[in-house]
Amino acid sequence: MTDALSQYSVLSLYSAMAVYAIAFVLFTIDLATKASEGRVSAKFSRIAFALTWVAFALQLAATVMRGFAASRVPWANMYEFAMTGTLMITAVFLLTNLKWNLRFLGAFITGIVLILLGLAATRYYVEVVPLQPALQSYWLVIHVFVATLATGFFALGFSLSVLQLMQQRREVAVVNGTKTRLTSLGRLPDAVALENFAYRLIIIGFILWTFTLIAGAIWADKAWGRYWGWDTKEVWTFIIWVLYAGYIHARATRGWRGTRSAVLALIGFGAVMFNFTVVNIFFKGLHAYSGL
Amino acid sequence: MSPRSSVMDSTEPPAPVRNAKLNLAESGRWVWTQLTSMRTALILLLLLAIAAIPGSLLPQRAADPNGVTQYFSANPDLAPVLDKFQLFDVYTSAWFSAIYLLLFVSLIGCVIPRTKHHWDALRQQPPRTPSRLDRLPGFTEREFSGVAPEAALSAADRVLRAARYRVVRYERDGVLSVSAERGYLRETGNLIFHFALVGVLITVGLGGGFAYNGQRVIVEGQAFSNTLIAYDSFSPGRFFSDSALQPFNITLNSFTTRYEERNANAIGQPIDYTADVTTTLRGGDPTPAVIKVNQPLNIGGTSVYLLGNGYAPVITVRNAAGQVIFNDAVAFLPQDKNFTSVGIIKLPDGLPTQLGLVGFFYPTVSTGHSGASFSMYPDLLDPMVTLNVYQGDLGINEGLPKSVYALDTSGMTKLTGTKTDLPSLEMKPGETAALPNGMGSVTFDSVKKYVSLDVHHDPAQGWVLGFAIMAMLGLFTSLLIPRRRMWVSIQPVEKTKKLLVEYAALARGDDPTLEAAVGHIVDAHIRDLGLTRD
Repeated sequence: MTDALSQYSVLSLYSAMAVYAIAFVLFTIDLATKASEGRVSAKFSRIAFALTWVAFALQLAATVMRGFAASRVPWANMYEFAMTGTLMITAVFLLTNLKWNLRFLGAFITGIVLILLGLAATRYYVEVVPLQPALQSYWLVIHVFVATLATGFFALGFSLSVLQLMQQRREVAVVNGTKTRLTSLGRLPDAVALENFAYRLIIIGFILWTFTLIAGAIWADKAWGRYWGWDTKEVWTFIIWVLYAGYIHARATRGWRGTRSAVLALIGFGAVMFNFTVVNIFFKGLHAYSGL
Repeated sequence: MSPRSSVMDSTEPPAPVRNAKLNLAESGRWVWTQLTSMRTALILLLLLAIAAIPGSLLPQRAADPNGVTQYFSANPDLAPVLDKFQLFDVYTSAWFSAIYLLLFVSLIGCVIPRTKHHWDALRQQPPRTPSRLDRLPGFTEREFSGVAPEAALSAADRVLRAARYRVVRYERDGVLSVSAERGYLRETGNLIFHFALVGVLITVGLGGGFAYNGQRVIVEGQAFSNTLIAYDSFSPGRFFSDSALQPFNITLNSFTTRYEERNANAIGQPIDYTADVTTTLRGGDPTPAVIKVNQPLNIGGTSVYLLGNGYAPVITVRNAAGQVIFNDAVAFLPQDKNFTSVGIIKLPDGLPTQLGLVGFFYPTVSTGHSGASFSMYPDLLDPMVTLNVYQGDLGINEGLPKSVYALDTSGMTKLTGTKTDLPSLEMKPGETAALPNGMGSVTFDSVKKYVSLDVHHDPAQGWVLGFAIMAMLGLFTSLLIPRRRMWVSIQPVEKTKKLLVEYAALARGDDPTLEAAVGHIVDAHIRDLGLTRD
């Protein structure tokens, strides 16, 4: 029963990846299409967005089945972190679109999700195993879930900041009358609007990350007998927190709004990804839960 | 974090121009202004992030002292240079401390004037209505007929108060208006967040001074009392005194482990560790309790954690005359996940010469292709002890304390095991092996389990948590509650005999819903006046 469920989970995940791949191609075509060809392009964007919902449903099924196969929350090793983490990235993307039209981020979001899922499926896959005593805590449910949710918001903020920088270049080129290859971005919101969107999503990510940090400290105190010990994972959680605190302050500092704060958002997300991949696998520390 | 900016996301005013001739007071003020400026805070934040990185790349003495030792032996030339720059103690280093202390000075220097400013703002009325609202965000015009100006004014007042605005009425040149402001909690939360961070820093620093933590190994059936002498290792804070040790006893009745037996991908993986203990506070009754990983025992304001566990073979040594000269459960230190363990027995008295026994314990013994033994499963399925006998000076006669887990064999003669004529002593439970040269015998009676407990007391811990939660709540309100001003101005139009009502707002800080908020007020105002939407 358990074996069958975890195999269905894998099957469902691979199907999700296939659908993500198609959505990614359509989103990318849409993003690269000039304003004059807007009608065809808008259709692509709509189809890609619908496909992202389909991929999300498949991935959700994969994640839930994995959880049932293991009789616990599906985020207790590297493979499962990747699966749940990318599910959260897609969820935040889809839900944000109910409020604001940010479909143009689809190429970035499906791209990030595909890369991470590809890594997870080919390099991080492990069979279902029971939880070791150190992970048997309700804090596993809360702490790790909120951390992955924060990652979802940071991913969206990152995508918006990349677009903001590209848009900024295009706007400067338009003002100077120089040629630019970024003309397709003319249909998107201007750089300032992109920056505001990024800021609003990143502050939510920052609040969630603060919670992750505090919840992690409470759990560390229960499991390891100290709330903070500068374990490598704690160090990187702290670094990410400080970087995003810097990002928020940069918005209020003369000369740091715009390009510089966007670069900070990119560095922040770079640190999130570094913490998730390199720190989990190559660094020595107490958070050795990758299962690899 | 400029003192003059009233909200987190407002833009900083221009820095004062530096005068060519500055006296001491002026330069001091200039330094202070620079230090408390947002730009400096930002740069210090980024520096702090960068400075934290080396501590994750190099082993740190506080978290991984063995790693530091290994690093020194692997890089004998580089390590001392790195050590000179305190790179093995990054988080207590002078340079790391300098960055965060400067950051906190900058923070305090910025937050205190802002607190005063905010305190004043909290007691002030919203400012006068601007004479022209049409350039402001959310500007909306409506014309009402059959409504008295005062009625419209009262209605606007009511509606804004209901939306939790602070409201004041103004009149200028026949134009009635209300000026309203809300979201003071945004700045309050922001200030609370920053003060709470200072609180966290202070309580972490002070708390560490009064804290202590100690480790102790207890074998099943043994007891431990919370006194300094009972600890195997102990690290007190700077202000620690013996009186901080709460008088209590802990007896380990039994320790139960459970390992995965069915899932083929995880055979032997630990599933559960449970220590059944009996605790006694001085003057209290013995109370049964359980300690598990993730479930520490709290006793007398002190937390007791289950850190590790292992096996303690019970060994009896007799001399040639058959007299018992040693009988104890000896804690063996696990070397791998299947609990192949290493242990030491020192026999200083009762035999013709001093003997040291260096041994391995295998809970489930197996033999590899090379002939070397190893444990293939962590539970006690087929336990075996092997011992090598060393003869000579144990080095404990000088009275210097020596670790019970290490034996310096450099001055001793190996009598059994590899490179000697005799094989190692091998015993299963209940078996007895002879010591070489007819010196006596060793019996492996049985196996007990032991746990390694970590006892931790930090009186400031609750304060740290309290400040952390305060910071969290402050952050929540400071980032998510919008602060905005709203105006409604009312003037009769003589020509049409109608009432011209204008609405507009101004955001203080990031405010994505500003224009929608104006719309809501307009609708509510019209509803309140009993008019229909036009």
